[in-house]
Amino acid sequence: MESASRRGELIELYRMMLRIRAFEDAAEAASQGGVAAWGQKTSAAPARVRGPLHLSTGQEAVAAGVCANLRRTDLITSTHRGHGHTLAKGAHPYRMMAELFGRADGYNHGKGGSMHIADFSVGMLGANGVVAAGMPIAVGAAHAIKLQHGDDRIVACFFGDGAINRGPFLETFNWAKVYQLPVLFVCEDNAYAATTRSSSVTAGEGVCERARGIGIDVESIDGNDVEAVDDAAARLTESIRRGFGPLLLHARTYRFKGHVSVDPGTYREQDEVDQAMCHDPIILAMRKLSAQAVQQAVLDQIKQQADQEMADALARANEAAWPLASDAYLDVQTSGAGQWF
Amino acid sequence: MPLSLSYAQAAALALSESMDLDPRIIALGEDIGRGGVFAQYAGLQSKFGPARIIDTPISEATMIGAGVGMALAGMRPVVEMRVVDFAICAMDEIVNQAAKNRYMFGGQGRVSMLMRLPNGIWNGSAAQHAQSLESWFVHIPGLTVLAPSTASDNYHLFKAALASDDPVVYMEHKELWQQTGLVDIAETSLQVIGEAAVCRKGSDLTIVSWSATIPRLMSLVDELSLSGLSIELIDLRSLWPWDQTTVLESVEKTRRCLVVHEAVQVAGFGAEVAAFVAEHSGLPVARCGAPRIPVGYAPPLEAESVLSLERVRAKIDQLLA
Repeated sequence: MESASRRGELIELYRMMLRIRAFEDAAEAASQGGVAAWGQKTSAAPARVRGPLHLSTGQEAVAAGVCANLRRTDLITSTHRGHGHTLAKGAHPYRMMAELFGRADGYNHGKGGSMHIADFSVGMLGANGVVAAGMPIAVGAAHAIKLQHGDDRIVACFFGDGAINRGPFLETFNWAKVYQLPVLFVCEDNAYAATTRSSSVTAGEGVCERARGIGIDVESIDGNDVEAVDDAAARLTESIRRGFGPLLLHARTYRFKGHVSVDPGTYREQDEVDQAMCHDPIILAMRKLSAQAVQQAVLDQIKQQADQEMADALARANEAAWPLASDAYLDVQTSGAGQWF
Repeated sequence: MPLSLSYAQAAALALSESMDLDPRIIALGEDIGRGGVFAQYAGLQSKFGPARIIDTPISEATMIGAGVGMALAGMRPVVEMRVVDFAICAMDEIVNQAAKNRYMFGGQGRVSMLMRLPNGIWNGSAAQHAQSLESWFVHIPGLTVLAPSTASDNYHLFKAALASDDPVVYMEHKELWQQTGLVDIAETSLQVIGEAAVCRKGSDLTIVSWSATIPRLMSLVDELSLSGLSIELIDLRSLWPWDQTTVLESVEKTRRCLVVHEAVQVAGFGAEVAAFVAEHSGLPVARCGAPRIPVGYAPPLEAESVLSLERVRAKIDQLLA
């Protein structure tokens, strides 16, 4: 019985990873020619997804495994690479894709795009265009939960290996520990800070040793093994919910794509990329499910459903209305709201 | 019966009364449990406890960033930056996070946060503790910017800021804390943000200013009135939004406008006020601020950055010539 429910959980994690992969693939296709960077030019015909698009392809297990242990009322903050977290926290792919397309139906009514993807209604407090900037917001939200008493909500704070060299990393780890806040720090360590290998610009032993130095306990896992992520997140969130203070989950993963969608990632050795592709979190989960006697037809159907769902989201977003120019003046502020002078 | 309070006491009372009524209001900052560096939190931690009057590490970025997160999770934080000069360590959090959250996320959240950034020259404290940076914040869409000059405003505007939906940059002045004034605490209706105060009525010239410059200009205007010069003095109090109507109506009446502030004159907020008045009235306008030099330590150096009333008088003479 236990193994059957375990298998059911893995199927759901597998489904979520496929949904994230399909969302990223659809967004990537829609973004070609959308931004001038890394030697690429923008296309003559405007791309449907404009500007920098940071894909989490290859990192799906972290978002899926962590968020499977969160409740709708828990909160998360994310990075610039936030589609997976948003989807896994329960956002609707059409409204996400509409935001990437800059349409009025998007979660932010077209004001934010990919780098500011968010759905506050499911506790997803925002991706962020500035590295490490979500971290203070996460500890503040956790501080609020602690001050409000009365429940065992927690905050999960996603950040990358590049963020650990910014000041807010130290400030927030210290803050969370000093006030014993209900926050799970999740370091998605894909080994690259934009296009620079993190180890080449990071002194010491990295995030785990830095966390221990502040007195925050750590679990370091294979972030492409979704069951390992899920198990670790289950243990850590349980402890945090019981009031034992902040913890760090260090998830080692790999970014299949470049820093942004137009970055070909040629600064990485082909061997390294090839090896990483063999360690695809989706393939790993599929092998486990096959070994547990899940029929290939079932697995194929899950993939087909995920692809169809995201194809539908993309098609609908493509037809959605643009915001009005006058909307540019809305939601600036209440006193002295959006005006010319 | 109005109370006689210092500028610091007025803000502490406003915060205390607001915290009594609203459990969502908390304050955080360095040393505020001991009353804060200017005694503007005196007695509050013993009344409300360390969970609501929170002593923090010296982590400016996280103080403001945590304030954003607290606000999004339903609190109304007051975040103390000690002096505006230290808020520079939190500029990403003020400019990219607090100010833009509501817009960037399409109105999903509100960052109701009062950020205290004491502004202006703090005598003898040299270049990194004596800046007047209000124009930086007025330039950023999403921020409300207030600069009270009296104890009364530091009570009523403080309460208005606490009730605001917006992230408010609240700029008390570093040299006004001990100034006393009458505060009508029986007046419970919220002061409207964006309304200027006409401190002196006059007909020959309008002077627009704010913050600690106001008491100095009041003395000057009173002195000049003895020689028959009638100057209207306007205290903006709120720099964004600012009371364009009151200023324009006054200038239409007096036909001349001088904007005076303590900040460096180049690209100071006075430039915006002067340009606005010139564009909308076509009448003569001048401005008077500080030279574009860092504030020096030695008295003869510091004095160069302190607003010179001699220069103000020269500008007045020029406008009236």
